[in-house]
Amino acid sequence: MRVAIPIAAALALGAITARAERPADFEARFAAEARTADPAFAGFSAERGRAFFTNAHGGDWSCASCHRNDPSVVGEHIVTGKRIEPLAPSANAARFTRPASVAKWFQRNCNDVLQRACTAQEKGDVLAWLMTLPAKETR
Amino acid sequence: MKLSIPVAAILLVSSASAAESKRAPLPPAYVEECGSCHVAFPGRMLDAASWQAVIGGLSQHFGVDASVDAKTLEPVRAYLEGSARRKPTAGADGQPLLRITETRWFVHEHDEVPSRLRPGGAEAVKPAECGACHQQAATGSYAERDIQMPRKGATR
Ligand code: HEC
Ligand code: HEC
Ligand code: HEC
Repeated sequence: MRVAIPIAAALALGAITARAERPADFEARFAAEARTADPAFAGFSAERGRAFFTNAHGGDWSCASCHRNDPSVVGEHIVTGKRIEPLAPSANAARFTRPASVAKWFQRNCNDVLQRACTAQEKGDVLAWLMTLPAKETR
Repeated sequence: MKLSIPVAAILLVSSASAAESKRAPLPPAYVEECGSCHVAFPGRMLDAASWQAVIGGLSQHFGVDASVDAKTLEPVRAYLEGSARRKPTAGADGQPLLRITETRWFVHEHDEVPSRLRPGGAEAVKPAECGACHQQAATGSYAERDIQMPRKGATR
């Protein structure tokens, strides 16, 4: 079978995006999106991410309502009580490895907390903070 | 309670317990999509019309956004409709119920749950938190032998 080179390249790219990624890959992508949205983009801030995560933004819930103020420990769904594994990558190696999962949950959870989508800046700030959290022995 | 023997035999054969012991496992794609915020409820808990109503309203699902793209939803819909309860689970108004916990069969099966564990009770458990009493709920099994109620005074 012969495949034109651009198609082969696209297939290879597709294979790469479907593969497990690392948190840093997400950070790089959010940075690129943030720069497109605002040419004055000046990087992410873990402190801003922490404040964003623990703030209810005028509604009933914050991100911390389900993921805790310290998301390196196990959380609990505020309505159903179901256990939620830690969000910090150091405490849970599965976090920020699957693009479809990350996109889906940012969309749902931002709608629940802010009644709108999160911006790339906000997502990157949160991730920058999560990446600073050390793992804990808490099970 | 007195039952004539044939009636008792029929009740035994058709009892939920007998059927509860030999259930097919839940499909992984269903558990992945519908088991992240609560246990994945088995298809046999609601009829097809109820499941269609649940699936049709995922962007506003009991106060949270559970929306999902059409491609991911397809195996979920196929499983739920294929394993749905045959007996209707409509409310008094004839509309499909969205909550398992409001169906007649559920209320009937749970009429012996002690009041301390009911909503408003001292150690209330949310009725939809099936796993609090059904130890194997996450696997889709609700067999009687796997029921263990939270003990009195157990802090939850
Ligand atoms: C009402 C409860 C709830 C709230 C509030 C909430 N989350 Fe979540 N979050 C969940 C659940 C449930 C999951 C999926 C289960 C799991 O992955 O353990 C999840 C998963 C995620 C994931 C997926 C990570 C991955 O690698 O797939 C991210 C990112 C996330 N949440 C971020 C947030 C942010 C940011 C906020 C605040 C805007 C927030 N969440 C608020 C319940 C919540
Ligand atoms: C507070 C504890 C509790 C909770 C919460 C609970 N159940 Fe039950 N469940 C019971 C008890 C007790 C029985 C009755 C056992 C009996 O009398 O045979 C029962 C019976 C059942 C049966 C019939 C089982 C059989 O073999 O006869 C099913 C099916 C069932 N429950 C499903 C559910 C589902 C689905 C949920 C969540 C939506 C749920 N239950 C939540 C305690 C509970
Ligand atoms: C983003 C979180 C989330 C996801 C994903 C989710 N649910 Fe729910 N679900 C909830 C919440 C919150 C409730 C309300 C629980 C309560 O009131 O105790 C609920 C309740 C339910 C109930 C009613 C339970 C009862 O009898 O009270 C059904 C049925 C249900 N969900 C089905 C589904 C199905 C099917 C899917 C997959 C398509 C799904 N859910 C995915 C959050 C979610």
